[in-house]
Amino acid sequence: MVLVFAESPRGHFKKAAFEAVTYGKKVADLLGTSCVAITLGANVTGAEELGRYGATRVLHIADPRFDNVDSHGYAAALADIAAQNKATVVILSHTSTGKAIAGRLAVRLQAALASGVNSLPTLQGAALRVKKSVFSGKAIAEYELNSPVKVISLMGNAVRPETSGEPVSVETISSSASHGRIRVKEVKTIEGIVPLPEAEIVVSAGRGLKGPENWGMVEDLATTLGATTACSRPVADSHWRPHHEHVGQTGIAIRPNLYIAIGISGAIQHLAGVNNSKKIVVINKDPEAPFFKAADYGVVGDLFEIVPRLNEAIKKFKAAN
Amino acid sequence: MKFLVCISQTPDTTAKITFNADGTELNAAGVQFIMNPYDEWYALVRACELREALGGTVVAINVGPATNETVIRKALAIGADEAVRIDADPKSAGFVAKQIAEYARSQQFDIIFLGKETIDYNGSEVGAMVAEYLDLPYISYASKLELNGQLATLERDIEGGVEVLEVDLPFVLSAAKGMAEQRIPNMKGIMTARSKPLQVIPAVAYEELVNTVQFTLPPAKAGVKMIAPDQMDELVRLLHEEAKVI
Repeated sequence: MVLVFAESPRGHFKKAAFEAVTYGKKVADLLGTSCVAITLGANVTGAEELGRYGATRVLHIADPRFDNVDSHGYAAALADIAAQNKATVVILSHTSTGKAIAGRLAVRLQAALASGVNSLPTLQGAALRVKKSVFSGKAIAEYELNSPVKVISLMGNAVRPETSGEPVSVETISSSASHGRIRVKEVKTIEGIVPLPEAEIVVSAGRGLKGPENWGMVEDLATTLGATTACSRPVADSHWRPHHEHVGQTGIAIRPNLYIAIGISGAIQHLAGVNNSKKIVVINKDPEAPFFKAADYGVVGDLFEIVPRLNEAIKKFKAAN
Repeated sequence: MKFLVCISQTPDTTAKITFNADGTELNAAGVQFIMNPYDEWYALVRACELREALGGTVVAINVGPATNETVIRKALAIGADEAVRIDADPKSAGFVAKQIAEYARSQQFDIIFLGKETIDYNGSEVGAMVAEYLDLPYISYASKLELNGQLATLERDIEGGVEVLEVDLPFVLSAAKGMAEQRIPNMKGIMTARSKPLQVIPAVAYEELVNTVQFTLPPAKAGVKMIAPDQMDELVRLLHEEAKVI
C-alpha cells in the first residue's frame, strides 16, 4: 500500500495534506494498491475528510506526544506504521515538517528518497521514476528509486487536491515510538494571512516602490485578489517590509499559480525563488529589466499609475463574475 | 565545544546550467563553483561565532574530489580550525549523509551544522539523514541559535511563522537566513588557512538507492506578452481566459 503522512499543523489539515493524499491515491492506482493516510497528534479535527481525496483508510495516532513536530518521534512512528502495513511508498509534503522528517524516514526504512517531487511517478519495472526541479529552477532532474520501499516528498502546488471518494471513519491506533527530545516552547505565526509557501496568488514588490509608505497599493491589490504579499531582498534588508515576506534564494522559495512582481528588476537570486510560479506578471518602468525574460505578461510604465489601475480592473472583473 | 560544519560545493548562483548530450552530467566547463551559500553564510559563520564566544573547535567537512579543496580552504579562511575531505564523488544525498555520519560517529560533536539546502539539488535531505544515522535531534531551517551551557534555544522557520524550541546538546541543525551574517574572509584568514590541517579520508561503502536518470532544461518560456499600461482590463482578461489563474 501507499502510506501518506497527512500533516495537520496545530490540529488542522491544510492544502498540503489534501495534495499529498490526492497524489498518494494516484500513486496507489499506478501500483494497483490502496492509499492509506496517517495523521499524528491528539487534537486533530477533520481526519475523516481525507477519504474524500482518495484515502481508503485513515489512521490516527491520537497522542499528545505528537502535538508538536519532532523529526525523531515522527519518523519513528511513521516508519513503524509503514513497516507494519508493508507500505511500498511513503508520501510526505515538502513542507517544514516534511523536510524535517523525510531524510530520517528514508534512513529508517532503508528507502530511496526523492524530495520536492513535482509530478506523478512512472513505473520502470519495480522502480519508480520521479521528477523534480533542481539548480534553483534552472533544470529538471529525473531520478529512479530502486529500493523496495520508497519515500517521496511532494512539492506544494504541484498537484491540485481532487476529490475521488467519501469521508471514511478514522481508526485510532497507538504508537510505541519513543518521544523526541525537542521541547517546543512557543509557536509564533501571523494570523489571518495565507502563508507564502501555500499562497496561490502572490503580489510582490521591490525597490521600485521607493519607500515603505507606498505599500498601501500593493496591499490593496493583494486584498482584491485574495493574494499574499511578498517582497524582494533589498526591501526586507532595508526593513521596509518584514523578513518573512522576503521571497528569493535566501528567503522563501514559492511556486504560486500567479506571481505579480511590481518594481522588481529580477536579479537571478530573486528568480531562483519564484521561477517555478505557473504564471508571472512583471510591472516595471525599465523595459530592459531582466525579469521580463522570465515573465508571461509584462507592463512597462509607472507602477504608481498601473497598480491602482490594475486593482480597479480586477475589482470590476470580480464584480462581474 | 566541538562543532562540525558540513559544506557542499555548488555551481555559482549566476552560473548558466547545461548538461552533456545524454543529460547525465552537468557541463562543468565555464561554471564557477562556490561554497553552498547557506552552508557558508549561516552554518559556518554561526559555528565560528559560537567558537569565538565559548572556545572550542570548528571542523569543516566536505565529501568530494581534490578539486573541492579551494572551497574547503575558503571555509578555513572564514574561520574553521580544521577540515576533513572525504575523497569521493558526492553521488547522492544518501551517500553524502552516510559518509558524514560515519566520520562524526566517533568524534563527539556538540552540534553538527548544515545549510538549509544546497542550491544545486535543492533536496534538504542530508541533515535529517545524518541525524537519523547518529540518533540525534534534528532542527531544520533554524534561523536562530543561542547556547546556555548544554541547553540550546532555537527558532525554526515554519509556514507563516517560527517555532521557538529548546533542546540539549548534541544535535544536528540546518541553518536558514537570520542565523548569521555573511563574512568575507580577511587577509589573515586567507594566509592562516593555508597552514590549517586538512585531513583526507577514504569513503565508506554505501549501497546507492537513487540513480539519476537524466537532467533536462525546463521548457523555454513562450515569451513575454506585453500589455500597454492603460490596458489593465485586457491584462485581467488574459489572466482569466488565457492563463486561467484568476
